[in-house]
Amino acid sequence: MSSVASDTKDRSAEPQHGPSFLWRNRFQIAIIGMLVVLYAVFLIGDWRTYTSFDIYRSFMISIPFFGIMALAATYVVTLGEIDLSFPSIYGLSGWAFSAVYVASGSFPLAFLVCILVGVVGGLINGLLVTKIGIPSIVATIGTMFLWRGLVNVLTQGQGIPIAQITGDPWHKLFVGQIPLGGSVVIPAQFIWFIAAALFFGVLFKRHRFGSHVLFVGDDEQSARMMGIHVDRVKIACFVILGVSAAFSSVFLLNQMLFFWATTGDGYLLTTLAAVFIGGTSVFGGKGTMIGTFVGVLIIASLEPGIISIGLSGFWTQFVYGLLITISVSIYALMLKRG
Amino acid sequence: MSETEPLLVLRDIRKSFGRIEVLKGVDLEVRKGEIVALVGDNGAGKSTLIKVITGVHKPSAGEIVFKGQPITLKNVQASRLLGIETVYQERALADQQELWRNIFAGRELTRFLGFLDVAAQKRETARLMRSGMGLTSRAITVDSEVKGLSGGEKQSVAIGRALYFDADLIILDEPTMGLSLKETERVLAFVRSIREQGKSAIFIDHNIFHVHDTADRFVILDRGRVVGQFHRSELTHQQLVDMMIALHEAGQVA
Repeated sequence: MSSVASDTKDRSAEPQHGPSFLWRNRFQIAIIGMLVVLYAVFLIGDWRTYTSFDIYRSFMISIPFFGIMALAATYVVTLGEIDLSFPSIYGLSGWAFSAVYVASGSFPLAFLVCILVGVVGGLINGLLVTKIGIPSIVATIGTMFLWRGLVNVLTQGQGIPIAQITGDPWHKLFVGQIPLGGSVVIPAQFIWFIAAALFFGVLFKRHRFGSHVLFVGDDEQSARMMGIHVDRVKIACFVILGVSAAFSSVFLLNQMLFFWATTGDGYLLTTLAAVFIGGTSVFGGKGTMIGTFVGVLIIASLEPGIISIGLSGFWTQFVYGLLITISVSIYALMLKRG
Repeated sequence: MSETEPLLVLRDIRKSFGRIEVLKGVDLEVRKGEIVALVGDNGAGKSTLIKVITGVHKPSAGEIVFKGQPITLKNVQASRLLGIETVYQERALADQQELWRNIFAGRELTRFLGFLDVAAQKRETARLMRSGMGLTSRAITVDSEVKGLSGGEKQSVAIGRALYFDADLIILDEPTMGLSLKETERVLAFVRSIREQGKSAIFIDHNIFHVHDTADRFVILDRGRVVGQFHRSELTHQQLVDMMIALHEAGQVA
């Protein structure tokens, strides 16, 4: 970071430099640092738990239930928009999956209907925001109640058991256990999560679509003048999140083997927290998929970590809050300097 | 210049927003290699006229002929494909994005299935910075965000972007607004270089001196009508200034 004073612009001697690798990736480095510190604390606090494979296996089982949504939500947040309805889409598409599976016995059909519900849910959010012109926070409060309410009406509060699904060959594809020798077993859903992270990451930074998302989130007017189809980009982002919610519900249901009317409800804040801890800006135009990925790992490790180092579960929310506040403060300060 | 064929012809262009008629039948010609300045007070209809030419607004009536063909512009994309580029007053840059994303915004270089050819975008941006934009400072690289640039540097990026895509007609809406003297001089040099490359430009500027020094022809717009057209040789600085003042006071060209 050497300052260059050789050029003769009529600006005062403000130092300018080509951004270095470290500077460009300062958000990602900050969050990876946070993960390292956190795990150092956990290792010191409970060496035995954190050196055995079991706890990591349990992470790998539960992370995909909200992690894929966090990756998808990164697109919506990068637009400068927000979606509060995805847990309800999760519930409605999960209901569709369970109901269709019980009625037809066909996993592919149930899966297809489930994804379709996700598409429609995302599409409606996108249309409300772009074509009707409702701010996304308001529009998705509406659809949040709408879809959860619909689930309540459809189920009358009753759950749907789907234990018979374990005999289905498709079941293994989603939540099967992949033995790697010894006690090391990888849950299939974690492979899906990694695949989703790679896909979303490449789409974000190395594809035309991601470039448009960044541009629209940064400056919508400029994007319009540059001929970017702003509405289409926004709708697509909401659909991506809707589909991801639907997809995630399939993992959860196959693991839990039971649909509750409240399925998905608890994932709103943890999902968004992972995005924000990851360093994606709520103002739009800046986002990081690596950040969200690590944010997901942090959020998922906190609760078991807190308990294993000997604190009571009552500490969980407090530590969540502490971490979120500290991380977003660091990012805000970084932005001020940059 | 008068014997070269016209690049762009507008015939009786009208545009209304609701009951307000902003353009009341504008005729305009731009020839190849010619820089035409649109002059007029605020509210004369300059920006609306430009937005009609770039496809942002559909004209309520009238005909646009480009390269001898009558055209209808559905959107900004359509005008770009025909070879009309615009440097907007607002510059149309995204502050937090790197230069290599800004230059190719909306028409990225891709390899397959829409995947970006990042290397090519960076390479072309670097080339453009050296040749077209005059951004030679070591401080600015293709990875720099627009945010850190000065007003003049931002304008260079916006103009460089328009030049890159090899347009036949470049429209510049108030390109010197908010720039320092030195930066302004560089922008005006850019505008002159458009003519040297045999391309045409429509140039809007509030500063009569910039206009007089740069444009070949002045088209004076007032309340939605063309009220006068002059070749540079026909008018001195002072006459143009006097005319604008007279127009402002009396509402007509003396």
